[in-house]
Amino acid sequence: MTSLRRTPLAPDALDAIDRAIINRMQDGLPLVSHPFAALANDLGLDEDTLITRIQAMREIGAITRFGPFYDAEAMGGAFCLCAMEVPAGRFDAVMTLVNAHPEVAHNYERTHRLNMWFVLACEKAAQIKQTADQIERETGLPVLLFPKEHEFFIGFKVTA
Amino acid sequence: MTISALDRRIIAATTGGLPLTPAPFAEVAGWLGVTEDTVIDRMTAMQGAGVIRRVAIAPNHYALGLTANGMSVWDIDDALAIDLGAQIGALEFVSHCYLRPRADGWPYNLFAMIHGHNRDEVETLRAQIATLLGPSCRASDILYSTRILKKTGLRLTEGGL
Repeated sequence: MTSLRRTPLAPDALDAIDRAIINRMQDGLPLVSHPFAALANDLGLDEDTLITRIQAMREIGAITRFGPFYDAEAMGGAFCLCAMEVPAGRFDAVMTLVNAHPEVAHNYERTHRLNMWFVLACEKAAQIKQTADQIERETGLPVLLFPKEHEFFIGFKVTA
Repeated sequence: MTISALDRRIIAATTGGLPLTPAPFAEVAGWLGVTEDTVIDRMTAMQGAGVIRRVAIAPNHYALGLTANGMSVWDIDDALAIDLGAQIGALEFVSHCYLRPRADGWPYNLFAMIHGHNRDEVETLRAQIATLLGPSCRASDILYSTRILKKTGLRLTEGGL
């Protein structure tokens, strides 16, 4: 997998058809033998042209992936957002200790007194607390747990 | 739902994405030695159960100019939290919206991730949320990420995730 592009593309990198493809294809494809064919028709394209354009947009980094979006929680996993207040002088050392845990799925430095925010992903709910306790022992710093209590439906779409 | 051994193989084969070919499910079926109909049936069942949210493209926010994001956090009245959270989640610039427990020194119970073209725009959008919440909001803050310290994909092990 190529690394994620973090800079904007030139404004003329995508044309109106590319933008229409991105806007439409965030909503989901039908699970049928030829999923691009039906969609291509809606967009006034043929199947090959649609696939070629998606390929080209993936190559320039406008699209990061095409495929199923899995809800890991629905598969039985346990997740928890956690935060720590890490003294500036110890930041890199604590980061190394935290990141060494395979349960740490992602970790961000943020602008706040609580300056380290990470997500624990475990097979079983009990492992969340165990892992957090272990990180507290290793670092000598408290780990605050922010489990999801309610998730709201999201209408977010990137308008290309 | 119970994830079968075949489901698990389909998941493992497709977490990285589907091939960009006219019949992508047939190609996955070929990798796994099953029929195209079997792959489509199992993925349809997983979508019905919410294990698959959708089969779609993921645009790159950064490439499309949405380079700024901030985790906005709000202390709102618990009695109104479900109603107000639903309104905030529905905003087109909010990509994640959750209720989470408060903690010592942390009065915020609503988390909403805001995306914009720059930090000024994110602040303007944050002000829109503040207006929407009105007096039901007692305090708020926003946390910008300054560094990604670790990022991994979905992990699959023998027993489960």
